[in-house]
Amino acid sequence: MSEVALKTRAARTRAPVWLRAAVPWALAVLIILALPQLMTTSFGRTLLIEMGIAIVFAVAYNMLLGETGMLSFGHAIYFGLGGYAAVHVLRFIAAGLLLPVALLPLVGGLGGLVFGLLFGYLSTRRAGTAFAMITLGLMELVVALALIFDHLFGGEEGISGNRTSGPELFGITFGSQLHVYYLVAVWMLVSLALMRAFTRTPVGRLCNAVRDNPERVQFLGYDPSRIRLIAFAGSSFFAGVAGGLFAVNYELMAINSLGAERSALVLLMAYIGGIGSFLGPILGAVLVTFLQVALSDYTQAWLLYLGLFFVLVTLFAPNGLIGLVLMHGPIARAGLLHRLAAAYALALVPALLLAAGLIALVEINYRLAIRPELGPAMKLFGVAFDAKSATAWIVSFLLVGAGLLGLRAVAPRVAARWGETLEVARA
Amino acid sequence: MTASALELQAVHKSFGATAIIRGVDMSVGRGERHALIGPNGAGKSTLFHLITGRFPLSSGAVRLNGEDVTGLAPFEIYRRKLARSFQITNIFPRMSVYENLRCAVLWSLGHGYSFLRLIDRMPDVNERAQAVLERIGLAARRDVPAGLLAYAEQRALEIGLAIAGEPEIILLDEPTAGMSHSETEHAVELIRRVSEGRTLLIVEHDMAVVFGLADRISVLVYGEIIASDAPEKIRANRAVQEAYLGTVPA
Ligand SMILES: Nc1ncnc2c1ncn2[C@@H]1O[C@H](COP(=O)(O)OP(=O)(O)O)[C@@H](O)[C@H]1O
Ligand SMILES: [Mg+2]
Repeated sequence: MSEVALKTRAARTRAPVWLRAAVPWALAVLIILALPQLMTTSFGRTLLIEMGIAIVFAVAYNMLLGETGMLSFGHAIYFGLGGYAAVHVLRFIAAGLLLPVALLPLVGGLGGLVFGLLFGYLSTRRAGTAFAMITLGLMELVVALALIFDHLFGGEEGISGNRTSGPELFGITFGSQLHVYYLVAVWMLVSLALMRAFTRTPVGRLCNAVRDNPERVQFLGYDPSRIRLIAFAGSSFFAGVAGGLFAVNYELMAINSLGAERSALVLLMAYIGGIGSFLGPILGAVLVTFLQVALSDYTQAWLLYLGLFFVLVTLFAPNGLIGLVLMHGPIARAGLLHRLAAAYALALVPALLLAAGLIALVEINYRLAIRPELGPAMKLFGVAFDAKSATAWIVSFLLVGAGLLGLRAVAPRVAARWGETLEVARA
Repeated sequence: MTASALELQAVHKSFGATAIIRGVDMSVGRGERHALIGPNGAGKSTLFHLITGRFPLSSGAVRLNGEDVTGLAPFEIYRRKLARSFQITNIFPRMSVYENLRCAVLWSLGHGYSFLRLIDRMPDVNERAQAVLERIGLAARRDVPAGLLAYAEQRALEIGLAIAGEPEIILLDEPTAGMSHSETEHAVELIRRVSEGRTLLIVEHDMAVVFGLADRISVLVYGEIIASDAPEKIRANRAVQEAYLGTVPA
């Protein structure tokens, strides 16, 4: 390309910088306003609220994992403790404390921040595996302590409050689920904007430097453990905000909200979505929450599916699902996506076979091992069959086998087609 | 006489039972360009690591401008205006060249651990990073992830990270290693320019570069300084010729 052409192209892409930055946010606001109109059932809106909370938590988690290279196995502590702080303050509100319920997520954030500073001080002096092990230990410690301090944590039953007990502000009482939805939406947007901005501050950039090469950071005047601590505290703050939103939504915090399962779930969300970009954990949070809420209605085996999904993503999409999306960026911009359609359609056939086979195996095993009381007669994809029959097993394995072989056969062709198209798009 | 910019006193370093640095006394005057030469494995890089706090000393002392900095962490030594490059390229591979440099200028511009201002809105940071970028000849590679640069470009960035903070004392460990002839010439020109008015300590194998650049030369052999003198004296030194220079047509 000639220099002049390069310059005009640069000018064209550079001119509307503020616009390009504003477009995704405007889009997000539109989607947020439209969604509750499309999903009017209580179930649908619960799903949306859960997604919003999960998005805040997952992006907060990625401040550590993706931005700073810190793998925490116990980040639900800050979600949970933030939530507990919020629910306790909610009880004070019921007792007469003059604080709008809409500010409870901030209380949650401050709760997360305090414990993030405390535990971060203990754990961020170390990096890598040592750091990860300390977070695991701290989580066990906090769960054990929470079980001991029963009057603060309420044990398995938890501590409950009433979100409508606050002073009425502009007619918002949070009696309606829609009010909670908008509360979550506003806090989510503000949190995302702040977390996004953080990545663009000096410390945000130094977080990336610490992720890439902590030793070299020392020779540029910065103490990497101090930077890790700041990232940890910030991440804990927003995890606490998510916990506070959770407390407002459920009006209840129980011990399971700060334990291993939620800690693992947020890791999976970030990882499945992709830790290398800001959008990745958002996508992961939406998908995993959908699996969790929607699938757990149809099948009890949703954790199995989540595990399967996680393994597949780790194996075949190391940059997460967002990585798969982004690798089509140049092709989409060149308007060449249609050139991939045939190849992808070809791959879809074995992929569906594989998925059907895996689902059948999971469901059959789940039925026989976990729910034997329901009997062996079951129905899947509209087909009725006997879970104990050899045919059911043989067909399932055949589906898996055919799917795997088929994928192996078409994969090189799909990859070649993608490579070719990318070349064309770049030219 | 004012204190030297950098002074080593009876510095020892052992890894386990192996003594690698065996009593080094050395002094680099302010504003001096000082070359450290010696055969492979003599301990030159180890000495750099001791000066910059990467390794603890086994015994001895390091002084910067008269201040004892023995045992300080690398970032504390950097804050006393001593910056370094590494023999083995040591950059931030997933960040762009420009982001590498922005991180390298932050401390010296006094921004500390700032997270309340956007880095794009810090004119001093962006001007300085852009200036260094142009100086090291990577302006066209500004937004490329550093890990994807060609080898010589990574070496240029390595130098860039060392000089970006405008330190008073610059330590460069084999900055031109692996560069082609013309790349070396470029790099030497750059080093000459950026070390103007500063103190430079450089490890370098190319004798043409050493004798062209250095005001003084120290020769390290098996963890000991066998000579430290002006270039022409070093060239004439018999012990040096036997131990080291004899193998190179001087
Ligand atoms: N971390 C270490 N542990 C053990 N031995 C080391 C270590 N670093 C360097 N050495 C040894 O110290 C000696 C000097 O190495 P080095 O300082 O890299 O030499 P130079 O830079 O002069 O080529 C070598 O024999 C090397 O094997
Ligand atoms: Mg060396």
